[in-house]
Amino acid sequence: MNKNTAASGQKTFQIPDEVVSTSTGETARLAASVASTLKPGDVVCLHGDLGAGKTHFVKGVASYFGIDQNMVNSPTFTLIHEYPGDIPVYHFDCYRINDVREALEIGTEDYLYGSGICLIEWAEKIEAIIPEHALHITIGKISESERLFRFKPRPE
Amino acid sequence: MTILGIESSCDETAAAVYGPGGLRSNVIASQSIHELYGGVVPELASRAHQRTIWATVDQAISEAGCTIGDIEAVAVANGPGLMGALLVGLCFAKGFALRQGIPLIGVNHMDAHIYANFIDETPRYPFLGLVVSGGHTQIVLVEAPMQHTILGRTRDDAAGEAFDKIGKILGLPYPAGPVMDRLSQLGDPHFHRFPQALMNEGLDFSYSGLKTSALYHLQGIPDDEREEYLNDHLNDLCASISHAITEVLVKKLKRAFNQYPVDTIVLAGGVSANSMLRRKTEGLARRHDLKLHIPKIEYCTDNAAMIAVTGYIKAGLGQFDDMSLKPFASQNR
Repeated sequence: MNKNTAASGQKTFQIPDEVVSTSTGETARLAASVASTLKPGDVVCLHGDLGAGKTHFVKGVASYFGIDQNMVNSPTFTLIHEYPGDIPVYHFDCYRINDVREALEIGTEDYLYGSGICLIEWAEKIEAIIPEHALHITIGKISESERLFRFKPRPE
Repeated sequence: MTILGIESSCDETAAAVYGPGGLRSNVIASQSIHELYGGVVPELASRAHQRTIWATVDQAISEAGCTIGDIEAVAVANGPGLMGALLVGLCFAKGFALRQGIPLIGVNHMDAHIYANFIDETPRYPFLGLVVSGGHTQIVLVEAPMQHTILGRTRDDAAGEAFDKIGKILGLPYPAGPVMDRLSQLGDPHFHRFPQALMNEGLDFSYSGLKTSALYHLQGIPDDEREEYLNDHLNDLCASISHAITEVLVKKLKRAFNQYPVDTIVLAGGVSANSMLRRKTEGLARRHDLKLHIPKIEYCTDNAAMIAVTGYIKAGLGQFDDMSLKPFASQNR
């Protein structure tokens, strides 16, 4: 499922079916590994309850692209954050969105088919317009600090 | 100078007129304007700005008791916000300025929240601003008009978001902020000690740990007792959560004040309406003999009066923009 070529000579990360993280530090490293497989135009959907750690995962991905992770915060109210990095990262939060028409009204498609990487929290709320090539990550809570990450791969 | 202010950075389409005598009108597109121009409109329809902006500006000018010809400059929020939403206000403002042959003034939406304090009062420089809303949490040092330094900001959730989401975890309807405030007044803020993050670390904020902690506090109650527990202690939990959120805000503000001695502090943003935050900030001001300014609630949430007044201040400094003014999504300074 990993679409990256090994042209750079670096060992590419293989996205597993699932993995347990026992700390926020481990989550950050996992996020950076996932980020290493992403390229412009990719879409990552993050699923999980309030407090699962979706925004935390985005911090790890953003960090990989040279973005100060302290600048990455929750877009629940503001809906979309744009972070200029090596590749632009667009951070969505659809928690407040009740209807897919609302997502269209705010220009979501311009980003989904744009040249950055889209990370979408609560993507299930706009399922109808999520591109097929999206990578889906579901974060489940095991305990206060442990999380189970399940990956649904992008179709080849 | 009579300024037309335009705000379209997120949910609200708004227009206001501010002149030498003060604020002359302040209009936020009502649902009735939405209905007039588009039938049933989704709540977050940013492109709905496009349908309502003319009617909103028209109403602001007529309520100000003036005509289009009396407007001497247009101030517009050009970020941070949603690109699609910002563009509507910005393009409208450019068209208006070109047509009328008057100057354009770009206004930073976050700065404008702070200058909302100047609508009714005149805070003295230098001062510290605590900007708290659903989307933002910042401590800002304002040394002179338009000279801002962000000293601290949230690393994850905004304070308003913490109120809204933890309220949801407690079973309140989203957004839960205002209800949390009301229930908090009936509860014991020391019923349970929730974490106050980054308390010993600089001026940044973090609220996502509090959210997780609230979740696990509830999950720690056996399933068959949880409903009764919530029934008995909802007020206490709201008060304890509100205590944790506001303690950090006020202690960080105090730390900022120790580092940057000023004699004036201002609150800004929608969470300024929170009664516990107000009480604690008033206490801080009293103990340290500081002058505290808090805008009227209608100037705390997103509005165009704050854009117009900021435009007025920038015009006074000769800070105008030209047609190359661009929108920006995120504040990266």
